[in-house]
Amino acid sequence: MSRESPGLYVHVPFCRGKCHYCDFYSVTSLSLVSAYLEALDKEAQLYQGRFGAFDTLYLGGGTPSLLEGPQLRALMDCLRRHFSFSPEAEITLEANPDDLNPEKLALLQDLGVNRLSLGVQSFDDAELRFLGRRHTARQAAQAPAWARAAGFHHLGVDLIYALPGQTEAGWRKNLAKVLEFLPEHLSCYQLTLSPDTPLGQRQARGEFALPTEETQRRLFLFTSRFLEDRGYLHYEVSNFARGRAFFSRHNLNYWRHAPYLGLGPAAHSFDGRRRWWNFASVAKYCSVVNSGRRPVAGKETLTPEQLRLEACLLGLRTREGLPLSALGSAARTPALGRLADAGLVQVRHGRLTPTREGLVLADRLPLWLAD
Amino acid sequence: MSQIRNFSIIAHIDHGKSTLADRLIQFTMQVPDRIFRDQLLDTMDIERERGITIKSNTIALPYTARDGLTYQLNLIDTPGHVDFSYEVSRALAACEGVLLLVDASQGVEAQTVANLYLALEHDLAIIPVINKIDLPAADVDGVREQIRQELGLDAADAILCSAKEGLGIEEVLEAIVRRIPPPRGRLDAPLSALIFDAHYDTFRGTIVSTRVFDGRVAPGDTIRLLSTGHTYKVEEVGIFGLSREPRPELTAGMVGYLLAGIKTVSDTRIGDTVTLNDNPAPRPLPGFKEVKPVVFASVYPVAADDYQVLSEALEKYKLNDAALIYQKDSSAALGQGFRCGFLGLLHLEIVQERLEREFGQNLIMTVPGVQYRFLLSDGTAVTVDNPLHYPDPTRIRGGEEPYIRASILTPERFVGAVLKLGVERRGVNSRFHYPTPGRVEITFEMPLAEVIIDFYDRLKTVTQGYGSFDYELLNWRESDLVRLDILVNGEKLDALAMIVHRSRAREWAVRVCQRLKAEIPRQQFKIALQGAIGGQIIARETISAFRKDVTAKCYGGDITRKRKLLERQKAGKKRMKMVGSVEVPQSAFMAVLRSENE
Repeated sequence: MSRESPGLYVHVPFCRGKCHYCDFYSVTSLSLVSAYLEALDKEAQLYQGRFGAFDTLYLGGGTPSLLEGPQLRALMDCLRRHFSFSPEAEITLEANPDDLNPEKLALLQDLGVNRLSLGVQSFDDAELRFLGRRHTARQAAQAPAWARAAGFHHLGVDLIYALPGQTEAGWRKNLAKVLEFLPEHLSCYQLTLSPDTPLGQRQARGEFALPTEETQRRLFLFTSRFLEDRGYLHYEVSNFARGRAFFSRHNLNYWRHAPYLGLGPAAHSFDGRRRWWNFASVAKYCSVVNSGRRPVAGKETLTPEQLRLEACLLGLRTREGLPLSALGSAARTPALGRLADAGLVQVRHGRLTPTREGLVLADRLPLWLAD
Repeated sequence: MSQIRNFSIIAHIDHGKSTLADRLIQFTMQVPDRIFRDQLLDTMDIERERGITIKSNTIALPYTARDGLTYQLNLIDTPGHVDFSYEVSRALAACEGVLLLVDASQGVEAQTVANLYLALEHDLAIIPVINKIDLPAADVDGVREQIRQELGLDAADAILCSAKEGLGIEEVLEAIVRRIPPPRGRLDAPLSALIFDAHYDTFRGTIVSTRVFDGRVAPGDTIRLLSTGHTYKVEEVGIFGLSREPRPELTAGMVGYLLAGIKTVSDTRIGDTVTLNDNPAPRPLPGFKEVKPVVFASVYPVAADDYQVLSEALEKYKLNDAALIYQKDSSAALGQGFRCGFLGLLHLEIVQERLEREFGQNLIMTVPGVQYRFLLSDGTAVTVDNPLHYPDPTRIRGGEEPYIRASILTPERFVGAVLKLGVERRGVNSRFHYPTPGRVEITFEMPLAEVIIDFYDRLKTVTQGYGSFDYELLNWRESDLVRLDILVNGEKLDALAMIVHRSRAREWAVRVCQRLKAEIPRQQFKIALQGAIGGQIIARETISAFRKDVTAKCYGGDITRKRKLLERQKAGKKRMKMVGSVEVPQSAFMAVLRSENE
């Protein structure tokens, strides 16, 4: 097992309804929640002692915030029983605004959750309806205020932009609204549609079109400049923080190619050399775990070449980039100089870092660098 | 000798030649199923896939006729494509008669006519055979009429058969015995034998297919090949059964093989005369020609390190194909490669496919061209078969290019379309000939260069598949020739340069730029594609830069998928060539050649 501080991810695969753009695994029937929690306890037991103290815990989904108070408590108790966490561990819970109220927020504080990631997505009712979100603009604005009142000092808000027909002015309104709450962390995702989502299908039928590549680029650069001008660090393609202390440590862990353990249906794990992923089915997950086996649907052992490639594709999504030494022979190709001349990357202090313009093309960079 | 018949089958592609050959073999030899494969005579993969014969094969069929005598019927297979008409003519020279096979539903086609003329030149007995009579679309009377009118043959005694169904096979065999004359020749004369084919065998060297006209040859004899003067000691002679069957000697009238330690196929010449060193024939057999390539293109390995492998692959391929010629070539864009000469476009494709298939070579082939002649201001003339050697334009006084006579047989309703195609391809002096009502034979005089790229495909399209095409080389004619360069971001892509008639340069340039645009992936900068004659830009396309390419989310569950995508993209990149700073995929070079219909 790797010595680096690993992260722990728990996938809570339940939602009250599916958002029209979402392709994460979740189910909308809540009847399996208790079976899921029991199975999770058993799965955790199977990994007990295999990882060192976790530096981060991320409860994601799905919608972890829909769990009832006692369910959340049982979940946290189970994790603390089987694993150890560093004293300063970052503990994040993903929450939907419509699940939150002052009592729930007080409970989360009590359970040790010290970082809240709010799935606001938009402060515009028409946009929220288009996206298939269940909350209103009013609820979206209420949730951060309550979270502050409950004592959350590390608040993250998720927003989605580059919607069909969205203008820079419209997007700017959302950004201005979110800045009223001065969240420590902001994730601004450009709308991406996979074909098996309701919006993906509507797009395929030609009911609407996403903004052109040129518009997406413009909105991306605008967002970066707008937020950096207001004191945020644009530290990953879609992520911004009011200072290094507020980077999402759990997610940075992924981009630094560090190990992580994922529990729950569809969760992925990585130990520095091997990656494996669980069945994307609550029922299958529960039945396999209940038979005493790990609910692993697939696994791979990465070659040194593959590890380098992953480190490269992940590192080039972040402003800290990656050490030149991690590039291998690609560090010596003329492509590097060309990308630098084109203003897409910089080489500083032995590290290769993407510029703001480079982040817009982050998926191409590893390919262009390849020898 | 009176019980030998040497014959060949001539037919248009798809008219069932291979199937008929198979039935004749099955009927006479009782071939066990496990040995018998459809199209037994066509052994190469490509031949099986395309249903055509490239290398011909020969087989001796023992047949006991209704007269009670057992005959040896030597079936000499011929390649079925215009590129190989010289090979066809030499194979026919070894025969006394042919089966002229015509599809009962398709009728007579241009190639049938061309092959018939070849047969008539050799004064062969011709037996018309109407095949595929079982098809619902079969029109036996109509085809009989065509044979009578277009070919001028007596169709009354045409044999009806269905090779596929095995109908009429015995009638065909009886006709061979009764209507094709036995060979004539003098056993006591000096050896005079025709080389009509040669194959390479890893263990035995070159296997020469030969027809003995006079004299005899046996193991131990020292033979001489008249064209080269080289001598060899004969190791083995025999006839072609299902495998090679050694015999004590080959004598006048016989068809068989000869092994004499000849290292490569290129040491033999199709059409050459074999004789005895110490008792030579007074003169060579007529009709010998050195085959000359007419289509030229360069091949390059995709990965520059594979040059040596390509070199060895060509050497090995050449063992079995004397018609291919090649020499070193180099390109700024593609590195080290070879300039090759081919008998025609099909020959080129065959060589390319066989190199890729049998030798595992990933190849880039450049735009094929022909030979051009340039008269220079100092009065000298140069022949150029490689656009990179196009002379300094200020020194060119005039250019010449080879012309052909193209003959196209088509149903009358497509005449307009065919004429249009002919004119597009700079065809002149069109002539019409109406062999039968409803069908037209159109001949054009046109540049060879105009038919080597997708002419046949276009003809098939405009005639809905009915048009057939054949050609013969005519002469050199004056031509206003320019060199067209293709530039990628200002860098010449020399592998795509071509010599072209001035009137056709723009059209070609636009086409190449459009094809490249579709194939070259977008990069982080704009890419300009240009066609130019000297400094003059005559076509232009632009590939826009990537403006945005990044997925919004990449967390723990996304990494494997993203890496796999990148691995696929990287694998694709391995097949790219760098031209300046632009990555050009192998497929771009191919796309330039692809027919417009694809």
